[in-house]
Amino acid sequence: MAEVNMAEATEREFWRWAETNWSNPEIEWRDAQYITVGIDVGSVSSQAVIAVDGKIYAYGNMRTGSNSPDSARDVLAFALEATDLPADRMNYCIGTGYGRVNVPFADRSITEIACHARGANFIYGPEVRTVLDVGGQDIKAIQCDEKGKVSNFLMNDKCAAGTGRGMEVFADLLGVPIGEVGDRSFEVKEEPEAVSSTCVVYAKSEATGLLRKGWTTEEVLAAYCRAMAERIYSLLERIGVAPAFAVTGGLAKNRGVMDRLMPMVGLERQQTEWDTQIAGAAGAALFGYALCSKGKGRQ
Amino acid sequence: MIVAGIDCGAKNTKTIILKEGQIIGKASVLTGFDQQQAVAQSLEQALAAAQIDRSEIEAIGGTGSGKESIPDLDSSVNDINAMARAAHYFFPNSRTVTDVGAEEGRAVKIDETGAVIDFAINEKCAAGAGAFIEAMGRALEVPLEEMGPMALTSGQEIPMNAQCAIFAESEVVGLIHTKTEIKDISKAIHDAMASRIVSMIRRVGVNEDVVMLGGVGRNPGFVEAMRRELELGKIFIPVEPEFGAAVGAAMVVAEQD
Repeated sequence: MAEVNMAEATEREFWRWAETNWSNPEIEWRDAQYITVGIDVGSVSSQAVIAVDGKIYAYGNMRTGSNSPDSARDVLAFALEATDLPADRMNYCIGTGYGRVNVPFADRSITEIACHARGANFIYGPEVRTVLDVGGQDIKAIQCDEKGKVSNFLMNDKCAAGTGRGMEVFADLLGVPIGEVGDRSFEVKEEPEAVSSTCVVYAKSEATGLLRKGWTTEEVLAAYCRAMAERIYSLLERIGVAPAFAVTGGLAKNRGVMDRLMPMVGLERQQTEWDTQIAGAAGAALFGYALCSKGKGRQ
Repeated sequence: MIVAGIDCGAKNTKTIILKEGQIIGKASVLTGFDQQQAVAQSLEQALAAAQIDRSEIEAIGGTGSGKESIPDLDSSVNDINAMARAAHYFFPNSRTVTDVGAEEGRAVKIDETGAVIDFAINEKCAAGAGAFIEAMGRALEVPLEEMGPMALTSGQEIPMNAQCAIFAESEVVGLIHTKTEIKDISKAIHDAMASRIVSMIRRVGVNEDVVMLGGVGRNPGFVEAMRRELELGKIFIPVEPEFGAAVGAAMVVAEQD
């Protein structure tokens, strides 16, 4: 019996976050003029958002598989599962994200910078001027206008420090399910100093050393969440933060990092009921609707 | 005069015993979590190899990230000086020295006396250190010592997009999924790593003989990738390159008296 439990424990994937799909039953697609789809194939997660005449109708959010075309197909099928919409009813599709050129059924692709700004404008409202997107393998700080049009951006896509992937590595190392990282990181008597290594590989060795010195898992989590917040803040500091400030991407759901980041920023962040991971795909779907309504859709 | 040089590194602790400038004993042990114990062990083993007693050692020079845990240290030698002295000791014609350790990469430009002119160092990012090849070996499920020889058997050039070791791990897994041959992936890993180390070396300048110290010098795949990237006919590597810094530390302390 004990052996079985051991096997389960070692095979448990602590980084694995919940994949979700959703639709709004109050939106009627049958009379719609344009049904547009945005597909965001990221390095870690993929999303499909379906818009009905410019209103978000359904989405799917899942982990990216080993290749972009399959991930795009799978995530769209997953979004459609939540609806009764036939796949051939779609009028236009835009691909975005790391794998945007490999979405086989896309009519065109748009960069994720533009899509995230547009998506944040929709999710958080037109007052947003600074968007922080913390994705699986990159961090972007974007400045935009009231229409969600990008005026400036900075990006780190070379290094895992501060990204969602870095957090997954830590969740796995410490054996803490990724959804619990935020809350657990505040279960400390005293807030520790941030982990001093920037590099995730070195931070892992440092964390192992801290555990050996007698630190609790929660203290190590706190130290790592703080290091991530500092890393993210260094990018924001370089571009400057104009209000309103909004965060998209998976890390927006991690209060361990966000609640440590916000005092550094010195602003409140906008709140939303939407899944923050769909911003890029939502932006793409809305761009698709804009193109169709200007007569620039599929010929 | 008999002196000892101890290099307490992130992964291994090495001791060299030098008598009138000749190596008479050496030992290497895993550093593990107890640096003091590792230092004591490697010194003891080196003394045994040299067949001398601890009391015969006149001075100890220490270097490496864990040098603070070396007791009775007569001279704390910084890594850059240790490299410079060691390179000059093994190859008097050397003018550029590189040392790739488990968690650091360094490049040093030296003059004809072995004195340091300029240096560059990376200790912030695993992409430019031995840890990179180790992490990739784990992703490939190939033992570290087989990675290099395997890379030598490949003639393919596959560019790696990722720089970060964490991202490169996913890229390697992606290459495995697309049925890329393991030997070709192994070569791509060594090439990527070499191109980063070489760009650091070029920052200090490549002059005449290039010497490589550190354990990675034992990895033939990496050495070959470095040679290609540097466009050189030969890179000079001592027989046991991992002892380089320890030799340098011993040289420095011997010259002090």
